[in-house]
Amino acid sequence: MEFGLTVRDLSFRYGRKLALDSVSFDVPRGSFTALLGPNGAGKSTLVALLTRLLVSREGSIVVAGHDLARAPRRSLAALGVVFQQPTLDLDLTVRQNLFYFAALHGLSRRDASVRIDRSLDRLGMRERAGEKVRALNGGHRRRMELARALLHEPSVLMLDEPTVGLDAAARRAITGHVHDLADQGVSVLWTTHLTDEVEDSDQLLVLHKGRIVASGQTGEVRGGQDLQDWFLARTEEAA
Amino acid sequence: MTGYMRVAQAVISREFLRFIHQRERFLAALVRPLVWLLVFAAGFRAALGLSIMPPYETYITYETYVVPGLCAMVLLFNGMQSSLSLVYDRETGSMRILLTSPFPRWWLLMTRLFGATIISVIQVYAFLAIAAMFGIDMPPLGYVAVLPGLVLGGMMLGSLGLVLSSVIRQLENFAGVMNFVIFPMFFLSSALYPLWKMAESSPLLKEICALNPFTHAVELIRFLLYLKMDWLALAVVVGSTVVLSALAVWAYDPSRGLMFRKV
Repeated sequence: MEFGLTVRDLSFRYGRKLALDSVSFDVPRGSFTALLGPNGAGKSTLVALLTRLLVSREGSIVVAGHDLARAPRRSLAALGVVFQQPTLDLDLTVRQNLFYFAALHGLSRRDASVRIDRSLDRLGMRERAGEKVRALNGGHRRRMELARALLHEPSVLMLDEPTVGLDAAARRAITGHVHDLADQGVSVLWTTHLTDEVEDSDQLLVLHKGRIVASGQTGEVRGGQDLQDWFLARTEEAA
Repeated sequence: MTGYMRVAQAVISREFLRFIHQRERFLAALVRPLVWLLVFAAGFRAALGLSIMPPYETYITYETYVVPGLCAMVLLFNGMQSSLSLVYDRETGSMRILLTSPFPRWWLLMTRLFGATIISVIQVYAFLAIAAMFGIDMPPLGYVAVLPGLVLGGMMLGSLGLVLSSVIRQLENFAGVMNFVIFPMFFLSSALYPLWKMAESSPLLKEICALNPFTHAVELIRFLLYLKMDWLALAVVVGSTVVLSALAVWAYDPSRGLMFRKV
């Protein structure tokens, strides 16, 4: 398996409005692939399709070697997701939230318990396991959601604008952490509209008006230009 | 334990935890039928004369008559509230977490429905206990016999809520649900007055009441509380549950895209 995620000729319409127009790309295994796009480019639609919240009749999605349309269970089992919207139960404790998610993936209580302790240790949040999520700050909540997305040890990790609403320190921490995960072999797809989250060694996809308008290794693609300038030029030019 | 059971257990215990955290909701669900029972029914007692009719074998007070209808009312409000919370879940995103589980969507939805039903049934028993304290009690075994009827009624109204939740776009629309679903269902039923009484004033309204699945949920509960069986009511409630939950699963099918569609 060469690619963590493969998308081919994916289109999607809301009624008559074309939201995605024949989108094709790959997320190489163990890579950090940034999907950069301005607001309204179609990122959220793409995320909904990749997580099977929406289904399109045009095009195909293959997650870790499994076709999402034909083998949804195996595809979803190989996929970890951090959604843009907060998805934690604020009135439940950190540990209860993690247990709930682990069970949704069919993990046994004992197995889940081991994994939850391990991931809380990694985050340095073990002593806060009994606290309600409401008591955590935004950065900690996001880290928890990331830890949760990894509980079932997915080989593909998708994050939809995961740094929205976080302060600079939390933003840097989570961006760094996910880069480490990619180095450890997880295939990462990271959607954002912020160019400073993308490193030169990352794979880059630019989504604009429902189409992929550029792709390649970030350093090569921007060709000496500042990424922000390059991105703005690119998305204005295509507009 | 298989993965399916683990999912079911997790979804149901989440419903429990949420229920425990929302004491106001529990109180509201309890106060509503009690107000009807202790104020409305007491006031109406003089106005409505009831004859002997099945499953009753003696003359009964109006308060005794309305108890099954108020049990069903608890199920109705909770079913709709649960659909409201699904819309809320969808807006906050925790619905996404549920639906991206690798387990089949129908299983996820049905366990969610079952969990919410159990919570409703607990509330019905709390209401029955308080009613008994005020001297409005049923045959002791009736409290046991009614359990399957309450679960079925809860599933039926919960699946109606699921269907509605797939079409309601925003939380504000709950007022619409009140006006166009809860009130008509409740008033056009045998919850507050027997159908023959309704027929005296309007044969047409009586026919509408007889078609209302909620009427059959009320009658099923009424008969079971007196250790009797109303087969027609059972058939209608089971049939409606099957149809409505199939409709809900259909509406939540991702390829229909009713769910996460932008407005």
